[in-house]
Amino acid sequence: MSVGETTQFTIDGALNAIAERRTTATALAEEFYARIKKDDAEIGAFLTLSEERARAQAERVDAMVAEGKPLPPLAGVPVAIKDVMVTRGLRTTAGSKILGNFIPPYDCTAVARLEAAGAVILGKLNCDEFAMGSSNENSAYRLVRNPRDKSRVPGGSSGGSAAAVAAGMAVATLGSDTGGSIRQPASFCGVVGLKPTYGRVSRYGLIAFASSLDHIGPFANTVKDAALVLRTIAGRDPMDSTSAEVPVPDYVAELEKPIHDSGKKLRIGVAKEYFGTGLDTEVRGAVEAAIQKLASLGCEIVPVSLPNTEYAIPAYYIVATAEASANLARFDGVRYGFRARGAKTLGEMYRQTRDGGFGMEVKRRIMLGTYALSAGYYDAYYLKAQKVRTLLTRDFDEAFKQVDVIAAPTAPTAAFKLGEKVDDPLAMYLADIYTVTANLAGIPGISVPCGETREGLPIGLQIFGRHFDEGTVLRVAAAFEQASVVGGR
Amino acid sequence: MKVTEKDVAYVAELATLDLSADERVRMLRDLNSILGYVDRLNELNTDNVEPMAQVSDRYGVDQSRQGSERFAYAAREDVKEGLRASLPHEEALKNAPETDGTFFEVPKVIER
Repeated sequence: MSVGETTQFTIDGALNAIAERRTTATALAEEFYARIKKDDAEIGAFLTLSEERARAQAERVDAMVAEGKPLPPLAGVPVAIKDVMVTRGLRTTAGSKILGNFIPPYDCTAVARLEAAGAVILGKLNCDEFAMGSSNENSAYRLVRNPRDKSRVPGGSSGGSAAAVAAGMAVATLGSDTGGSIRQPASFCGVVGLKPTYGRVSRYGLIAFASSLDHIGPFANTVKDAALVLRTIAGRDPMDSTSAEVPVPDYVAELEKPIHDSGKKLRIGVAKEYFGTGLDTEVRGAVEAAIQKLASLGCEIVPVSLPNTEYAIPAYYIVATAEASANLARFDGVRYGFRARGAKTLGEMYRQTRDGGFGMEVKRRIMLGTYALSAGYYDAYYLKAQKVRTLLTRDFDEAFKQVDVIAAPTAPTAAFKLGEKVDDPLAMYLADIYTVTANLAGIPGISVPCGETREGLPIGLQIFGRHFDEGTVLRVAAAFEQASVVGGR
Repeated sequence: MKVTEKDVAYVAELATLDLSADERVRMLRDLNSILGYVDRLNELNTDNVEPMAQVSDRYGVDQSRQGSERFAYAAREDVKEGLRASLPHEEALKNAPETDGTFFEVPKVIER
């Protein structure tokens, strides 16, 4: 078999081709590398290729096939990893110059679990520096172009993860989401992106941006593939004390259940606060049509209120930057990473290293977070934002007493042009307006393609669920995806 | 303008950053723009609202337990050895910009 021109490659497609010996894991990896080498010069999704590691893993899978052994659940599936997850012996930069030569001594748990399940890691994916950005333009290395329109951004911060799947350069990828960094690029590139519940996936080995908001999750072409990856990476990990002791269901079985599983009609909440000013007309139209499609599947559409939504962005940018300023204090040029040369004193060495190693947006966020935590401003900014976080979380708790999931747009617009918002940090932050609240509250959210603008740019439907109820989120997303394929968009 | 040039200099020092003259000008503009937007949080009355640092003590834990008892699952008995090997010395030094083979090296801190 051949990857050919299709970019809609699924996990089942890869598994079956290998199991039925129509291809080998090695040949499949080579085909993906051939495509990456042909197409990625223009797209810019990959920062590092891990050909040796991929070949060794593919050979292990091929040996198992040859010996007729039972195959692990992702045997030979070509995947790639956002470069904020550490990989043993494989350069990991976080999109920053300060980690330009960093070779981690251990593997991120999510990466280790993918490999243990037989997945073949093709390489490390471009992203905004330290996952700070909404367009991938803050990468210290190179731009990522949206495969659907190369004059536009892929979204961010997991822009490389979304673009790699959209361009058929990986079957599935891992990204991280601190304020929307999985869901927003999934929406911009027309793929599926899932942010699980906080605590569902271990953060061990994820280079920290904002520890109480950071999540690892999958990108894929289909909802089922996102479920397959989540099933592999989810679950308690002793190396992350915030990873929850909550059983992991079989997500694939969950999404194959009928949509009205409990015998009652599934209730979908729609909050007017997610359809206010600033929402692009075409995005609104597509998301409203998607909600109508879910209604036509027998779901009950229930108006809900999330009254504090307009305060989510200001609360988020205080909490996130405060945590970032503390987390990024470790980059000092002593134990790893870049060090500025020629400094006379230790203090000078620290400052010059950080000045030269961090990009403008990272410095901006460190400054904002340090300011919000500094004496005299702590109560006014950081404590205030933490209290608003409580209110925003309560909004969701109240809404989920009435409904099973909430449907909303993923982003206020389709992908914007490269360079369009690069000089206006506040405008860039507002690209996250519909995604940040799920990070503050820790609830799961998925973005699934729900149509296109007249210019052919993808639009994403976002579905939120209760804590640890990824099963229902995936089931609704899969039902919508199925209805879209059958009934057209 | 709430944030002043003096504030930018002070916060840069706290954050262990120098910042170029150009960066300080941009920082002054951007911090004021962002904090101006953040000020809308003051429209909300939060007098009787508990601050929330993280979600994991509220969801996915046994709510009947109090305080750190909620995270009892994450604790283990003390073990003297055999828990997990430390990073070998050599490997811990591998990524360091400057070492003498035993220690990390930095510019001299104490004059004598």
